[in-house]
Amino acid sequence: MNIRTFISFFLMGLILVAVQIFLLKNLALFGVALCFLYLLVIFSLPVSIGHISLILLSFGIGLFIDVFYDTMGIHAASATFIGFIRPYWLKVISPTGGYDDNNEPTLKEMGMGWYFTYAAPMIFFFSLIFFSIDQWGTGGFFGVLNKSFFSSTLTFLLAILVQLLFFKKRRGI
Amino acid sequence: MLRILQFLYSLRSFLLFVLLEVVAVWLIVSNNSPQGAAFFNSSTALTGSVLKTQSDVVDFFTLAEANKELTEQNAALLEKLTRINPPVDSVTFELDSAFEASFKFKSARVISQTLRFAQNHITINKGEKDGIKPGMGIFNQDGVVGRVKTVSKNYSVGISLLNTGLLISSKIKSNDVFGSVNWDGKNPDEAKLLYVPRHVKASVGDTIITSGFNSIFPSGIQIGTIKEINPGKEQNYLDILIALSADFSRINYVYLVENTQIGELDSLYQQAEIRNEY
Repeated sequence: MNIRTFISFFLMGLILVAVQIFLLKNLALFGVALCFLYLLVIFSLPVSIGHISLILLSFGIGLFIDVFYDTMGIHAASATFIGFIRPYWLKVISPTGGYDDNNEPTLKEMGMGWYFTYAAPMIFFFSLIFFSIDQWGTGGFFGVLNKSFFSSTLTFLLAILVQLLFFKKRRGI
Repeated sequence: MLRILQFLYSLRSFLLFVLLEVVAVWLIVSNNSPQGAAFFNSSTALTGSVLKTQSDVVDFFTLAEANKELTEQNAALLEKLTRINPPVDSVTFELDSAFEASFKFKSARVISQTLRFAQNHITINKGEKDGIKPGMGIFNQDGVVGRVKTVSKNYSVGISLLNTGLLISSKIKSNDVFGSVNWDGKNPDEAKLLYVPRHVKASVGDTIITSGFNSIFPSGIQIGTIKEINPGKEQNYLDILIALSADFSRINYVYLVENTQIGELDSLYQQAEIRNEY
């Protein structure tokens, strides 16, 4: 990773996290659909990034979001899980011939079909973990599933939209 | 030995993952107790000032509405005041210390709050510097909003009434039956009134107010109205659903109330070995 892609990733992370904190924090469509757009940072990191740094980065971003959400630890726990499973999931769904060294798992590079199988399950698992921890002890697995389903749908749609509008091919942002 | 180290090294990412998850769970657990200090939250200087700037911008657009609410409340208070002020008489009584005002009120602005989780919090723009202390009650002109949890120099974080961990001692206004209001984590407009015995005759539309028993709120602050009454699953209690009177989706200005005698009460409870349950 050269300095240029590093800076562009840093800026993208900053913008997405700011959007998450200032705009999406208070958004809850129909009371069930929350949006976790900041996951796009974790999703878009290059394939070649080390596992350790990916996990640490996910934890850090999650913790940062937590501080603003006053949900201490919940985002961090779920984001760390995403950071942990991402390399395994990438291996499972690797296209024939594998990845290039500087491949970025984004919509523009990999195409819609691949991106759906890549991002949708991870977003759903994130939401499932998030709402399970949040609703812990209040009962109602149906409520957790309901919220997870609609939240992950909204997050996925918004992630697609953001990438179509703002991501350039072969650049971070 | 080397083999063990090599084995652990090959597992390093998994071990890091487990470690970080443990840290996260520890943070969740330590932050979830309704009382006690939390580590990081939105009351720290940086997050507080960022959230305040955001709320400054957003609040600008609701100023007219906020003003209207405040003037309405002023009018209501003035009306009350004229009723309470005693006419001048030749005989005056010295008030007994039991009637001394033991509550102090402060006002503040909400700069951030959540609605959609099971444990919701609110952040307000006053802190230690302004005399805010953990444990103070928060309410607005419509009803009870929550309780202060942690305080930093300039900001404080409170547990919202929309938090499954908060119980508020309350009573039904019409017949003075006591219960505890607790949110069930589902709808931000509704909460449950717990521990009302079955024989009580309550009716839909009755007002629920604070009882003044847990010495956080003075008695008589509105919480909500009864929406539904069902025989509960448990044998002894009714299952009462109340509509909260405070509209949590647009809380702007709040009042904080401090019981100046809470220290005395607490030490009394300790001597009598009563655990003060909230």
